[in-house]
Amino acid sequence: MNAIFDWLQNFGQFWLNMLEKFGRSHLFLGRMLIGSLGFFRRFGLYVRQLHAAGVLTLSIVLVSGLFVGMVLALQGYNTLVGFGAEESLGVVVALTLVRELGPVVAGLLFAGRAGSAMTAEIGLMKATEQIAGLEMMAVDPFQRVYAPRFIAGFIALPCLAAMFSAIGVLGGYLVGVEVLGVDSGAFWSQMQASVDFVDDVVNGLIKAVVFGFVVSWIAIFEGADCIPTSEGVSRATTRTVVYSSLAILGLDFLLTAVMFNV
Amino acid sequence: MNNDNKTARADTEALVSIRDLHFSRGSNSIFNGLDFDIPRGGVTTIMGPSGTGKTTLLKMIGAQLKPRRGTIEVDGQNVHKLRRKPLYALRQRMGMLFQSGALLTDLTVFENVAFPLREHTDMPDSLIRHLVLMRLHAVGLRGARDLKPAQLSGGMARRVALARALVLDPMMIMYDEPFTGQDPISMGVLIELIASVNQALNLTSIIVSHDLQEAMSISSHVVIISNGKVVEAGSPAQLRASDSEWVQQFLQGNPDGPVPFQYQAPDYASDLFGDRPR
Repeated sequence: MNAIFDWLQNFGQFWLNMLEKFGRSHLFLGRMLIGSLGFFRRFGLYVRQLHAAGVLTLSIVLVSGLFVGMVLALQGYNTLVGFGAEESLGVVVALTLVRELGPVVAGLLFAGRAGSAMTAEIGLMKATEQIAGLEMMAVDPFQRVYAPRFIAGFIALPCLAAMFSAIGVLGGYLVGVEVLGVDSGAFWSQMQASVDFVDDVVNGLIKAVVFGFVVSWIAIFEGADCIPTSEGVSRATTRTVVYSSLAILGLDFLLTAVMFNV
Repeated sequence: MNNDNKTARADTEALVSIRDLHFSRGSNSIFNGLDFDIPRGGVTTIMGPSGTGKTTLLKMIGAQLKPRRGTIEVDGQNVHKLRRKPLYALRQRMGMLFQSGALLTDLTVFENVAFPLREHTDMPDSLIRHLVLMRLHAVGLRGARDLKPAQLSGGMARRVALARALVLDPMMIMYDEPFTGQDPISMGVLIELIASVNQALNLTSIIVSHDLQEAMSISSHVVIISNGKVVEAGSPAQLRASDSEWVQQFLQGNPDGPVPFQYQAPDYASDLFGDRPR
């Protein structure tokens, strides 16, 4: 009997803790947004974080984008050629990348590369008392540490997603046109005719903006909220990647439903 | 606490006064009605066994943690009632030295010391350079200005942190375990620095430590805390003359006494030869 009560108690405690953490993360987001009002005063810091979150993630995003585009062309060609529709390859590759794979895969890569780095860095700053030190020097860590990283992530991901899609299309062109022999004119002209700037490109970018917001928020909050030990930091880093990935996939479904099917 | 002590303290105006402080972590109570003053000027050392919440106390004086009950006043202001702006203004006048130094790892030694100046003042670079080099010279590390914190030894990092804490000319400095894990030479350097800086800049220093001899040698006032309460307070000489057995055990480091060597356990013989082995 006792075991059941213990289990119930732990179960309730778990959800209470989760709920509390959820609330805390929203207060944290609010303070981070207020902290980002110091954007112009600390412009240099924002540039440095944009370099860390964006430029350093660029190589992995570009390489992945190229391969994803090439695979899409291979798979798409094999299917389309059965219907004699291989000229539509450009449309298939471009729409898949711009609407879905660009924001989602770039978001997942961003969470793995930049998000985990943010969590680990902030967690270690907490463990080595740097955050407490800033507070005691009357410097708000929200302004000095969190907000620059948050805004940087928020700006970086849409750019990365756009570049992912662009190089993916190029990869699709290389395989589809140069290797498999689809007509180059048809590849580009059909793409031009079918891909709408607002409906497809802008909606894809909006997804990337939302993912950038959520991933940076999760990453920074997990770092700032972690238990300041080596084990705590490593757990927080894992949580960042897991939660970010789930959030990206879940939100992608919601956003797709709203944007493309209503 | 004897009577002489109380009158002696009433004469000097307190910089920090702690009244009826209660604090707990989970079900673990850390302070139950802590009550003492830290006099202005001089070096006050707060001592106590490990886990008595000495570092927690420093964090509370800096208003990084809130007590469950009770007040802490620094320079006449209740730190937990202050809004953000006045609190940050007060913190600029309180330096704190963390155990690890808490230097910003992405900045050089020079930039770390310059950091508070760049954050809180509009001084031109040439003036900042002068102030930073003066502070670094005072802690003997002017030559290390271009190193990164990762290249410093623990003692050097603490000295840089001291230079950084001094750069805004604070009224007080809090040291969290400044002597822990130092070799004899850097320990000597730190002791000398804390005492001379306190004297030269007319500061109030608060040291949290259990390195007894080192701390006692430079303190003008010592407070011993145990089980969430003040056990004894006074000058080092008054403490050595204390008739409390607990204080004597603590000062002399005896393994057994009022603080027993054995953790609470059932009777030894019945534990070994009793009927029910566990």
